[in-house]
Amino acid sequence: MPSTAVRARGLTKRFGDVVALDGVDLDVSSGQIHGLVGPNGAGKTTLLGLLLGLAVADHGQLEVLGAPAGESLALAGGVAGFVDGPGLYPSLTARQNLSALASLRGRVDGSRDAVDELLGRVGLRDVADDPVRGFSLGMRQRLGLAAALLGEPRLLVLDEPANGLDPAGKRQVHRVLTELADSGVTIILSSHRMDDLTALCDEVSLLSVGRVVFSGPVQKLAAESGELDHRLVTSDPAGARSVAERTPGLRVLTGRRSGSPADDGSLFVRGPQASVEDLVVRLVGAGLVPRELGPVVSQLEAAFLALTGAADEEEDAR
Amino acid sequence: MSVAAATAPTRTTAVPVLRGYRFELVKLAAQWRLRLVLLACLLAPAVYTGVVSRQTSLPADAVYGRWMGQSGWAGSLVILVFMGTLVLPLLTCVVAGDIFAVEDRLGTWRHLLVAVRSSRRIFLAKALAALTVTLVLLGALVGSSIVGGLVSIGSHPLPGLDGHAMGSAELCRTVLLAWLTALPPTLAFSAVGLLGSVALGRSPLGLLMPVVLALVLEGVQLMPVPAALRVALPMNAFLGYRGLLTSPTQLETLWIGVGVSLSWAALATYLAYRLFVRRDFTDLAYDGSGRRFLVAGLAPLAGLVVLTTFSVAVATGATGSGVDRAKLETALATSFSHLYVLQTDELHRPAVTKEQLQTSARCDKGGDRVDDTGPGADWRCVVTWTLPGASATGTAIYQLDVAADGRYVADGDGPKAVNGYFPIHTPTGDAPNPLWQFDGFVDLLDTPPRGTR
Repeated sequence: MPSTAVRARGLTKRFGDVVALDGVDLDVSSGQIHGLVGPNGAGKTTLLGLLLGLAVADHGQLEVLGAPAGESLALAGGVAGFVDGPGLYPSLTARQNLSALASLRGRVDGSRDAVDELLGRVGLRDVADDPVRGFSLGMRQRLGLAAALLGEPRLLVLDEPANGLDPAGKRQVHRVLTELADSGVTIILSSHRMDDLTALCDEVSLLSVGRVVFSGPVQKLAAESGELDHRLVTSDPAGARSVAERTPGLRVLTGRRSGSPADDGSLFVRGPQASVEDLVVRLVGAGLVPRELGPVVSQLEAAFLALTGAADEEEDAR
Repeated sequence: MSVAAATAPTRTTAVPVLRGYRFELVKLAAQWRLRLVLLACLLAPAVYTGVVSRQTSLPADAVYGRWMGQSGWAGSLVILVFMGTLVLPLLTCVVAGDIFAVEDRLGTWRHLLVAVRSSRRIFLAKALAALTVTLVLLGALVGSSIVGGLVSIGSHPLPGLDGHAMGSAELCRTVLLAWLTALPPTLAFSAVGLLGSVALGRSPLGLLMPVVLALVLEGVQLMPVPAALRVALPMNAFLGYRGLLTSPTQLETLWIGVGVSLSWAALATYLAYRLFVRRDFTDLAYDGSGRRFLVAGLAPLAGLVVLTTFSVAVATGATGSGVDRAKLETALATSFSHLYVLQTDELHRPAVTKEQLQTSARCDKGGDRVDDTGPGADWRCVVTWTLPGASATGTAIYQLDVAADGRYVADGDGPKAVNGYFPIHTPTGDAPNPLWQFDGFVDLLDTPPRGTR
């Protein structure tokens, strides 16, 4: 197996006047779980579509599992996945969906045992004979994952695989994906959920208006977050504001409200981590009790907002 | 799970059409809507023929409707008439009209393409699956209508559309062939369904395209359009079976209908294929394109209508409505003579033959101020004949209601002893006088009808 599962250079894809991808470079190592993240319309689904061979780029080079992507639908063997939903047939049962798909693909074990094993893996064995039309979004997502696993792929391309999953379902999907990666399967997934990316991905690529604005380890992305907004709740809001205003490097945010009733009496500050820690020392020194202190958004989310320009838009809106 | 040990890059080959075809059949068979339609096709014709055949009031508006109480084969022909109006186009909507759109509705295109790896093979698999299911539904209609009629009434002789007597063997063969002639136009509407389904995606107009087309063509058929245009439309091919019900058969219109229908089927399928393989499946906003459908779908079909109409006009020399006095007189005289022989037999009178009667007819449309041409309910005909050994000739008057498609209903207007209403005792029960009211048709094309007189 090649050490690089996916290698893209200068991928460009247009839909009429709309530039969906604009010179995208991407490297994904074999056995890695790689996250694609970005705001709506950033080009994530288009990129996943190119990886699945649903379309070809207008410009640039794409190599998947060591084979160059040529014409549409002619990609390397061993690639599976879904974009824009798991693609299931509601009039068929879960088992029928998988059996029919296995039979369609051929050279795939579509026996009842093999199908049941897959259904068990994604936690759907109990509903194997239920029509999919009655399934929740999370159940469909899990069945879609099982369908993608038919034929033991070497590259799995998943669009929002955790969408609609409850905590238990999410844990199950995370476990399946982690096991696959451990066995050498490369997984490229898109998600809007930073907690999913943190929990699953070795590396992430952040797309914004068709361009890759960051690509690398998740920890490195977190470092791009810059100064974080923090929410502070104390025994004396007025006193805390006075202390915060005197703390070097810290800025008190006015008008910062999430709209939540829990924000009443809260103070929002922005500054480097050292200044926030200094604030805690000063509050205690002034006899004030810090009851709650934490970042308003996670580091990854802050990095996302900073790199995609959404943070600036939010600031402008205020 | 163990990872495939392959080290060299391999390409996925596209899934064979046969596997895709089976996959499509599995999906279609799982649709409760199609199961209901199949059940309806299996039961409705049998129930209809079984119930209506025993009524005193029969659907005389349909060809052979007035004969439903006398022969089980008549019921199947009546069902065929109904099928050719809107039912078969509607069936093609349910199957072909939805077979591509359903993937848009479910959002499964990308999933299917990743599995099959060839849009060309997906198209072939879907088109074949739609064809198979349509044939199954058509087969159910044929079987049900024949079984229903034969079980409730039995296999008894019927007159043809020129009045000649048809026995059970001829009826069985003719009825099956008549249903077979419905296949080409059904294929044409199926192909239009594929085109609508591919081009218009989730739009209801895409699903209903065959019915919309059938309604438009029905509207055209109702208008006084030239015969060449009329027979160059696929809807007219549903009427081609009438040529099988004469002796000798009149197959020119039937063959033209078959040719026209297959041309429509081929062109519409090709247009659907071309639109489908050119579609960009990564464009998530795609939901069919009305403009593309007009330019790449409807315009070529309109062109085909022009081409076939011109070809028919040149090849047959057909001009005008195709209904004129000479044709009506010939057709009416022929039917009358055949039915007179039947009436004579049923009344146990001395046998006569068609040739001995030397029947002729004289028709007039709407009096002296109206040209004796074209459809209408104002045709009045006088039939004359001679009995063997008699010096005087008999005369009978008929009012004819002639439809634009060439079918006419002759209504006896006296003398009552010849063509009035009176029941006749037959081996299958009381039946109306066969000369009282009967159906016939004239060939709209200009070639003279063969084997008449």
